[in-house]
Amino acid sequence: MNEIILRAENVGKRFGGFTALSGIELEVRAGERLGLIGPNGSGKSTFTNCLAGAFTSHDGAFTFKGQPLAGLTSHQRARRGLARTFQLPRPFRGLTVIENIRVPLAYGGRQPATDDAAMACLEAVELAGKATRLPKELTQVELRRLELARATALQPALLIADEAMAGLSHTEVDQILALLFRLNASGTTVIMIEHVMRAVTEFSQRLAVLVAGRKVADGAPADVLAMPEVEEAYLGR
Amino acid sequence: MSETAMTALPAPAPPRRMGHASFWLATAAAAALIILALRGIGSEYAYFAATFVLQYVVLATAWNILGGYAGYVNFGAAAFFAAGAYTTVAAGKALGFGLLPCVGLAAIVGGILGFGTGLLTLRLRGAYFAIATLCLSVVLQTAVTNWSYVGGSRGAYVIRPRDVPFGFDSYGGYLCALAVVLAAVAVALARTIETSRLGLGLAALRDDEMAAEAAGVPTLRLKLIATSISGAMMAVAGAPLPYLGSYVEPNSAFGLAYAVNAIAMPLIGGTASWAGPLIGAVLLASLQQAATVTISSAANLMIVGVVLVVFVCVAPHGIIGLFRKRI
Repeated sequence: MNEIILRAENVGKRFGGFTALSGIELEVRAGERLGLIGPNGSGKSTFTNCLAGAFTSHDGAFTFKGQPLAGLTSHQRARRGLARTFQLPRPFRGLTVIENIRVPLAYGGRQPATDDAAMACLEAVELAGKATRLPKELTQVELRRLELARATALQPALLIADEAMAGLSHTEVDQILALLFRLNASGTTVIMIEHVMRAVTEFSQRLAVLVAGRKVADGAPADVLAMPEVEEAYLGR
Repeated sequence: MSETAMTALPAPAPPRRMGHASFWLATAAAAALIILALRGIGSEYAYFAATFVLQYVVLATAWNILGGYAGYVNFGAAAFFAAGAYTTVAAGKALGFGLLPCVGLAAIVGGILGFGTGLLTLRLRGAYFAIATLCLSVVLQTAVTNWSYVGGSRGAYVIRPRDVPFGFDSYGGYLCALAVVLAAVAVALARTIETSRLGLGLAALRDDEMAAEAAGVPTLRLKLIATSISGAMMAVAGAPLPYLGSYVEPNSAFGLAYAVNAIAMPLIGGTASWAGPLIGAVLLASLQQAATVTISSAANLMIVGVVLVVFVCVAPHGIIGLFRKRI
């Protein structure tokens, strides 16, 4: 069995009097495909933001590749191989598609910021033909692919794909899934946060479920989806 | 899972750019030509008018490094400009320095002031950052007004040296040539930053700070670098001011005209490129100089206001934006 690449211990986050996350325990093994699901407001994105360094968690700690992440900024975590995509695509709108890729290449420090390296990242997501376009000229699925290309340009050990398929058609979901499978096959651990259940069940080797800021289930997808508390969280009593 | 076939389009060739060294050489050649042309005209007014325009080229270009490239709007340009002017006054009085060492010293003072501003406003963005820089201007003006060593509210006189350096025909000609060199260096430096790794990081920071961090960009460090470079260049723009009019006082050195022009010129020219502030400064400063001669100097800010309103409505990305599709 592969070594543990990420460990979250008792992670908690509050916004004023509202507790967004409480006592989250999670372990992810290298090369694993983990699905993180839960209804809206369950704390999935807050967990991602705490892990990526955008938010500071109030309790608990993250350990990534055996090293604690406490005190590290977002860019330091990114440089250590922890990449993320955003729920809503956040391209650098004043930069062309290839320049969007040059940013993580230039600052990620893992590969040279050459045109060839940038084009290789774009080719991997089938965007090479739009290298000199601006993000505003891309379709929704192309923007999602650009997000993935920008994250993979960091050559991450762990990728958190935060609702990378939201709002996409059946065919487009398949395209993004194919990209994530390819990425995982190349050795990247992937945490998929998703509402598209078909994609989650198809992709994930393991599922963790958050409800109201707490982890209520963790295990094989079929087992987890059959749990009454998971069914209740999605469908109500 | 169904793998959907996607058609890969051929990759277009990335646009070619002039290298850094070639651009610096071209800028130096252009500067030499401008100096020779002005020397050919040989009129004191031409020297003065050109120096007036060129100081704004430096100021607008400097403002654009933070405001245009990084997206942090600085309302305190006059504070940095005046810091440069008063560095010349103080260093001249205390150490007997001539103009050239004072320009170097102004760069250091402006850089430190910019770094301090960046450090104090690390977590501020948008309107909050802009207001903080406006406060800096008010605080600094109050300090200078009450600093009697540099003339306080009465102002300070600076006598131009009798000997004109480097064989120029007049001190006005020398000041003008210095302004040409400073403008050329400012423009070349801005272009170098724009096309470098630093410029790429600043552009990412401008477009989306959170996404930039997620892409590995150290946004706080880049912001500090930008505030320091921008501050240093704005102070350099102000360093020759006491010699230009032989007199400097707080109300004029911290004048609204510098703060407004520093913002208006890049906005009118276009903030996304080094050429924007250059075009905006040459256009607006020339218009103002023409208005000063033909109408009244009181019309200056009105001209800036009218032109700015027209451009915000008609060409929100400035003159450069009219010709470039990328904005």
